[in-house]
Amino acid sequence: MIPTIRKLLVATALAAFAAGPAFAAKTDVTLGVRLEPPGLDPTAGAAAAIDEVVYANIFEGLTRIGPDGSVAPALAGSWEISDDGLTYTFKLHSGVKFHDGTTFDAEDVKFSLDRARADDSTNAQKALFEPIDKVEVVDPTTVKITLKRPTGGFLFNMGWGDAVIVAPESAANNATDPVGTGPFKFSKWNKGDSIEIVKNPDYWGEPAKLDKATFKIIADPSAAFAAMMAGDVDGFPIFPAPENLPQFEADPRFSVVVGSTEGETILAMNNKKPPLDNVLVRRAITHAIDRQAIIDGAMFGYGTPIGTHFAPHNPAYLDLTEMSAYDPDQAKALLKEAGHENGFKLSLKLPPPTYARRGGEIIAAQLREVGIEAEISNLEWAQWLEQVFKGKDYDLTIVSHTEPMDIGIYGRDDYYFQYADKDFKAIMAKLDETTDEAERTKLMQDAQRKIAEDAVNVYLFQLAKTGVWNAKLKGLWANAPVQANDLTKVYWED
Amino acid sequence: MAPYLLRRLISLSLTLVAASLVIFLMIEVVPGDPASYMLGLNAAPDTVAALREQLGLTGTPVERYLAWIAGMLGGDFGISYTYRVPVSELVAERLWVSLPLALYALALSTLIAFPVGIIAAARRNSAADVTIMGVTQIGIAVPNFWFAMLLVLLFSTILRWFSAGGFPGWEAGFIPAMKALTLPAIALALPQASILARVMRSSLLDTLGEDFMRTARAKGLSRRQALWRHALRNALIPVLTILGLQFSFLLAGAIIIENVFFLPGLGRLVFQGIIQRDLIVVKSVIVLLVIAVVAVTFLVDLAYAAADPRLRRRNP
Repeated sequence: MIPTIRKLLVATALAAFAAGPAFAAKTDVTLGVRLEPPGLDPTAGAAAAIDEVVYANIFEGLTRIGPDGSVAPALAGSWEISDDGLTYTFKLHSGVKFHDGTTFDAEDVKFSLDRARADDSTNAQKALFEPIDKVEVVDPTTVKITLKRPTGGFLFNMGWGDAVIVAPESAANNATDPVGTGPFKFSKWNKGDSIEIVKNPDYWGEPAKLDKATFKIIADPSAAFAAMMAGDVDGFPIFPAPENLPQFEADPRFSVVVGSTEGETILAMNNKKPPLDNVLVRRAITHAIDRQAIIDGAMFGYGTPIGTHFAPHNPAYLDLTEMSAYDPDQAKALLKEAGHENGFKLSLKLPPPTYARRGGEIIAAQLREVGIEAEISNLEWAQWLEQVFKGKDYDLTIVSHTEPMDIGIYGRDDYYFQYADKDFKAIMAKLDETTDEAERTKLMQDAQRKIAEDAVNVYLFQLAKTGVWNAKLKGLWANAPVQANDLTKVYWED
Repeated sequence: MAPYLLRRLISLSLTLVAASLVIFLMIEVVPGDPASYMLGLNAAPDTVAALREQLGLTGTPVERYLAWIAGMLGGDFGISYTYRVPVSELVAERLWVSLPLALYALALSTLIAFPVGIIAAARRNSAADVTIMGVTQIGIAVPNFWFAMLLVLLFSTILRWFSAGGFPGWEAGFIPAMKALTLPAIALALPQASILARVMRSSLLDTLGEDFMRTARAKGLSRRQALWRHALRNALIPVLTILGLQFSFLLAGAIIIENVFFLPGLGRLVFQGIIQRDLIVVKSVIVLLVIAVVAVTFLVDLAYAAADPRLRRRNP
């Protein structure tokens, strides 16, 4: 008797559980994000959290970057490039309106690009616009952009969130009240809690399938877990605690989707500071590090080992991990050759993310094996920017470079790892002048090989994008070629 | 009464001036530049300089201190570097979460602590007293964030009676908003109630041992009558002190609970401000909190005067 009642109870409970809320007609979604964006203007800040809300949803550029990292048309339906690679003529879509009802045309493109490259511009990626010589309005749907020199990645660059087109009427208020051309409109922002966007009924292109999307800000990993389990949010495009993923995988209510990002995570070295100015020492350090141990120990196994500063999902990627394979004996031999067989001390300054703090402990232990004493200090981001990035007062640090296609930073003279190599800069200059795809691939591979040979940094792993969402929610990106949560194709499956 | 209050007011205003100086100096020495934080790893130095100019980060410290104080006296707390909205607006939004939460938690803790403390004192060394002392000891020892996580696990994940966190806003209605604040308020109230109950008990016990209590009993009042009419009021002074401190703590110090329940409260605003070097928010909110603490202290002083006639009559 008693077991029967218990069975009945369990069955009832299960039925109630399985029935849950009905999803059939659901047209809204609530997604958890880790960080609150400082503002909602993607042209005035580097925070990934801005693009995670507005990219492709609220704002659009001339081009856009697709889920696989390729360049696709956006506000510009097509374009022509002159033979010398200097003139880009963009043909714009007509009938496009900003969310405030004003018309989008070539003048807005000129305004946006001129604003981004102006002297007093506060665009975080001003370098993207540096090659532009002039922007001319040919007619309301045609824009001609003349470059100072051929720039192979120009179409890709115009697809960044920092290059979106804004209207002169609303540009100044975009941080608090964003007005774009995208398939969603900004609705409201409960500071500290959530941001809501709604469908734009007047969208020029294919309309969004969702009526409403809410981004809920949940920073704490255990709160994120509870919010998923309680059904408060439908998913986390990037779930903050990889250690919880097996629990979600075991639960049929959820899909766990592990993809890749543009985040090359590196152990950066101060290339001008002795003894790290000696390439032998740097090579020794690369051989002292066991990447897989860091991925397993710090990232719970999520992450792809890399041997150079390039995303593995890119067709031009070269797997150079063998060049710096884990080999403590070789590391010791190289240190001896460099005259450092008795070892030395280095500072290891760690910013707050888990990959750095957990990874740093493992790296310090691995370096100790070859006689290098790494002194760890934990920094906040603002301190890190001040001391390491700006002040270059460090020996080693761990950081993930999340901008897409950013190998060009190795050619910057005053960049924080202070590489500044003439030959590398020559490769980059040539790459800029080349528009032929096969030739570009070859040059990008030369660049990858060059920085691996010079052991500028230790290239650890590509940061994984570990997403968890309701199994019935479809159309979210698995990978993150740009830091975006593009909701234009997201829908609920019946 | 008036001289007593005047003296209190003067000392409290001096506290405010000293606090504003200390806060400003502390913020000055914090390393890290808000402009470079906002612009990230790819920004050119001239872009950072342009943003610094825009944010008003240039000028000598003395100029900036005076500008800040002058602004505050005129009710202008500045514009947040990151959010680009007036700080007063941000604080007002957050206050609508933090203030009700603090009051809710304070009400809960008082409602629990008063009866419990009185019972424990009235029946000293009884089984009830021993149990209460044991439970409150645990209540003080248990970290409130851990208790909060247990509440979430039971009421949100398993029973699904409450959402795991977040705040729908007061425009969603009184009941949904209060519901969202219930688990956080319980988590905050438990340790506070435990402390308050113990203070209530020991303060009552002290009072019960006083000569005037013996006199009251000798006049023929029962134990219970004596307790309610004479002891309770006299035992209130230390309890009021603790209540005042607790309110200030709840207003500003709920930051961990705000994180566990992802509530948009004042504590998280300050925390986020520190991380993002939105220092104008940090210093303005801290000054406001100092003002709040000072105001609460002043109210507690008033309450002392009401509870203890000697304070009213004494002339300096």
